[in-house]
Amino acid sequence: MSLLVARGLSKRFGGLLAVAELDLTVDPGEMLGLIGPNGAGKTTVFNLFSGFLTPDAGDVDFRGRSIVGLSPHAICRLGLARTFQIVRPFPRMTVLENVRVGALVLHPRVPEALDRARDVVERVGLGARQDVAAGALTLAERKRLELARALATEPALLLLDEVMAGLNPTEIETIIQLIRGIHASGVSILLIEHNMRAVMALSQRIVVLSFGERIAEGVPAEIANHPKVIEAYLGEEYVRAAPA
Amino acid sequence: MRWAVVAALAVLLALPAVLSSYAITIFILIFFYGFLGQAWNIVGGYAGQLSLGHAAFVGVGGYTAAMLSIEKGLTPWAGMFVGALLAALLGAIIGYLGFRFGLRGFYFVLLTVAFAEVCRIAVSNIDAVGGPLGLYITFTGDPRQFQFQDGRPYYYIALALMLAATATAWAIERRRFGVYLAAIREDEAAAEALGVNAFKYKMLAMVVSSFLTGLGGTFYAFYLFSLQPNTLFGIPLSVEIIIRPIVGGAGTLLGPILGSFILTPLGELSRLYLGQGGLPGAHLIAYGVLLVAVVLFLPEGAYPRLRRLLARRGGR
Repeated sequence: MSLLVARGLSKRFGGLLAVAELDLTVDPGEMLGLIGPNGAGKTTVFNLFSGFLTPDAGDVDFRGRSIVGLSPHAICRLGLARTFQIVRPFPRMTVLENVRVGALVLHPRVPEALDRARDVVERVGLGARQDVAAGALTLAERKRLELARALATEPALLLLDEVMAGLNPTEIETIIQLIRGIHASGVSILLIEHNMRAVMALSQRIVVLSFGERIAEGVPAEIANHPKVIEAYLGEEYVRAAPA
Repeated sequence: MRWAVVAALAVLLALPAVLSSYAITIFILIFFYGFLGQAWNIVGGYAGQLSLGHAAFVGVGGYTAAMLSIEKGLTPWAGMFVGALLAALLGAIIGYLGFRFGLRGFYFVLLTVAFAEVCRIAVSNIDAVGGPLGLYITFTGDPRQFQFQDGRPYYYIALALMLAATATAWAIERRRFGVYLAAIREDEAAAEALGVNAFKYKMLAMVVSSFLTGLGGTFYAFYLFSLQPNTLFGIPLSVEIIIRPIVGGAGTLLGPILGSFILTPLGELSRLYLGQGGLPGAHLIAYGVLLVAVVLFLPEGAYPRLRRLLARRGGR
């Protein structure tokens, strides 16, 4: 049975159809990449899955039950956690206190949540920074904090929204290893990413969105050479000019 | 820290024995406004939901206890809890409207002000509760009627109220409830994404805060022996309630108390020396200047700064 199933999912903002009758499944243990040009509707899909937006049509099942209409906190408690593309740390809390908020989902007593948070902070490599106010972190650290907080809720499915954007190659390599480790520990991952090298390296399967529609799906090697994908990213001329 | 708290409590318990009755009055006001500030702090400070209508809860609490005492002969010791429950009900209604419909920032402020004003105007126009003239309580000096011959019992009751509200805030602060309120204050959407039911916890904070504030209404009424709609429901009282925690440090445990120890004597003494010295309203100017200074130089309030200073000194 699939972990997450979206059927005919649509979302309209005024005249713009941001997501159009999208079908998408994530299987247990899978690492699925979601790519597409800017404005393709990727973040809208995340907002629909995580309860921050309600779809105009279609359904989303998570672990066998519909989650359409549930609030974000309820969806999180079912085991579906997300990060935000534009990181949203609690700036006046320390790193550890930030992560503790997520850990309280499964460890309602504060001291136990704090112990759990300490493990997670260590795991994402922020151990030395655990008592620093989140507002004082570098971007790379904030991205890791964003990941740590979501991880602390101990999700079955983790939605990662561009956790590598704005990072340098060394930082990207670190975070790729981190995501691999999280995946290896049994967490299914749905990943929005613009860094092609990273998404190709990480994903077992990739879904491509353009103007809210799914235009391609397949293993990374297929996607890299898919004419529709090249067209969506680079324009039609590029496809015609490319050697067959 | 623990010994400092014990020592401070011992001093406060012993103090009435050596204070003049005027000094006792000042301390009663310090404790009482410290109590109201702490009650507000739970929703306004920890949860970051700026209510500027908390006078409404004082009014509902005070009027309920006074009416029950005058009309039904119910002792205010019981009436104060009935009043607090009604204040909590009003808090739940305001909270529901504000939080269910996502009113944030200025819009929530306006909602709370509007409710307090509607209460004030309604009470002013209902003759059964005294109309614009309000209610007067006949002085009997009977402790069973929450009345005392001198200031000392009021001193201890006000102190107990302040300590009870502070103990409540402390219990909230160190539990999941307090962590969640802080997360909501910092970034509500991020908190939701981490499993925090923002609506539920904001409602709880509002209900606890309005219940405590409602208890204060009975004290106010039976300390002053009179209730007027303009003083019990008016915006000036709401401002008095929020200004102390803001100056002392909103969302901190000792901020409202520190704020009250700074502002209450300042207000009373400037009223005494400036107001009666031919400069009526001058104490309000002193208030205003201090508030501007706090916003400019201590935006987190006095308590966080004081704590850092003490920590630095202790570190040397």
